Amino acid sequence: MVGQTLALALAGAGVEVTVLERAAPEAALAPTFDGRASAIAYASARLLAGIGAWEALAPHAQPILDIRVSDGESLLFLHYDHRELAAGQPFGHLIENRHIRFSLFAAMARAGVRVRAPVEVRGITTDEFGATVTFADGTTVRTRLLVGADGARSFVRAQAGIRSRGWEYPQAGIVLTVAHELDHEGIAHERFLPSGPFAILPLPGRRSSLVWTERRDMAAQITALDDERFAEELRDRFGDFLGDVQPSGPRWSYPLAFHRAETYVAQRTALAGDAAHTLHPLAGQGLNLGLRDAAALAEVIVDARRLGLDFGAADQLARYEKWRRLDAVALIAVTDGLNRLFSNDVAPIRLGRDVGLGLVNLLPPLKRVFVGHARGTSGKLPRLLLGEAL
Amino acid sequence: MKAEPLATTVDSAEIAKFSGLAGTWWDPTGPMAPLHALNTARIRYLRDQACAHFGRDARATQPLVGLRVLDVGCGAGLLAEPLTRLGASVTGVDASAEAIAAAQRHAEGGGLVIDYQVGGAAAAEGIFDVVVTMEVVEHVPNLDAFVAEAVAPLKADGLFVAATLNRTPKAFALAIVGAEYLLRWLPRGTHDWQKFVRPSELARALRTLDLHVRDVSGATFDAATATFALSRDVDVNYLLSASR
Repeated sequence: MVGQTLALALAGAGVEVTVLERAAPEAALAPTFDGRASAIAYASARLLAGIGAWEALAPHAQPILDIRVSDGESLLFLHYDHRELAAGQPFGHLIENRHIRFSLFAAMARAGVRVRAPVEVRGITTDEFGATVTFADGTTVRTRLLVGADGARSFVRAQAGIRSRGWEYPQAGIVLTVAHELDHEGIAHERFLPSGPFAILPLPGRRSSLVWTERRDMAAQITALDDERFAEELRDRFGDFLGDVQPSGPRWSYPLAFHRAETYVAQRTALAGDAAHTLHPLAGQGLNLGLRDAAALAEVIVDARRLGLDFGAADQLARYEKWRRLDAVALIAVTDGLNRLFSNDVAPIRLGRDVGLGLVNLLPPLKRVFVGHARGTSGKLPRLLLGEAL
Repeated sequence: MKAEPLATTVDSAEIAKFSGLAGTWWDPTGPMAPLHALNTARIRYLRDQACAHFGRDARATQPLVGLRVLDVGCGAGLLAEPLTRLGASVTGVDASAEAIAAAQRHAEGGGLVIDYQVGGAAAAEGIFDVVVTMEVVEHVPNLDAFVAEAVAPLKADGLFVAATLNRTPKAFALAIVGAEYLLRWLPRGTHDWQKFVRPSELARALRTLDLHVRDVSGATFDAATATFALSRDVDVNYLLSASR
């Protein structure tokens, strides 16, 4: 999704771009390909609008009007209420990934972006002037800049010899969609249960997307349960505040891992999205961070090109690296810290964080910082995220 | 013995200094790093001045298409290559054969067609819409002779653009003490403050050739971002454009 967004932004500015996809479009758009939903921050929605992918998405986007963070059994809530923000804008929108993929594919077809899919990349070589990609059938393509937006186990990253550091959490994320009796009123809930965060994210209609974190062994057992027993486990955690709850559709389990590439750039190569970094999913910031990569890289490329500069040269890539690194480091630290703090049942820590959540509520400026990150408007923003043209 | 046509416009010690660096011209982290940093401001100025003069749209992909540009003292092509990508037909001349060899090799690698010649402006064939000479006039022994040779192939309605360093105490402090001695950003001896050129001196040299100054702008270094931005402060790095 990050690579397609970048391709659309560049094509819109007149840059010649080719998208290489491992999966065939039919496979990538099948309902069984990706069960997740993404929290699209306000700034990310502006970016998607700017590249012509938002209009088709809007009917599938659920505005998030309030975020309630609670700690297990604690009664202390942290509210992020969108009414505290200027201009009555929502924090963002919840959208199922399959809709985002479909909308991006459609926008690429409209914009005439050249797509080669499915292709299997065999090798990559770079020199002072460009990169050459070799496919399984022996054909090659030559480019001034190769962008690796090919996921957490990035082939481009490995070929560029960029090391990545990180660790796996002892948790897995169970992801599914549920149907419930009552209206969710656009409220997202993030509960910090002892096994890890349990997030209820509102979807259009009386449906929500769940990210349910469990210890790895437990996650495997729970996803293997029959429908009835699985629904029981779900209700135990979900509660009945939205009336009766039913799982709808397939369940997925994703291992939770964090990693960050040591550098985002190499000779004639740049990394974006999960290829450069993954986050703990609890804050719903992974895709937003990747979209910010895409917006920043598009701006660096287009600015260089307007001056006739070689956008794949080391000094331009260094601009991108410098711009993005701080954002990723800050978010990884925050989300990892929250997970460690809350995936824990030690009494003094519980008390401390209850007081902590209560305090954040009482301190509007501190809250605005958190809210700013939730909306994706922190730091120096690329023009596309401000709703401006490239 | 053959006459030496470059004698009044070229200083052979200066040429030797830059020839020794030819292999590192295109390394943005090497000895030419300041030139790479300055390049963005220089190209923006040149593009915008040329677009204003010739009535072009600076936001077009190739705003300089169809214009013939002569780059006098082109080095390894730091300016010539971007101008080519912006659509111009560029001829680059430099007194250093090593720099021209590096320029030819780099243009070929990037798939760009640029006419490079060893020598001064007289080595270029034909007439030009734009003559540009950047970070050069502060290295020449005779400013008037150099400028006269540079603008000789300029068309009647053409545009002349120069970038250089002003001969002010501030330029001495920043460009020589700061850049060469404190920061070691430039090799010591890169610049000789005595040879820096005041905008008024450049304007006077141009006026005798019936060229009048259209604009003088500064390029100011921002240490926080290590970039140059165009400004009104012409005390150190400045750019000047002139036409008839």
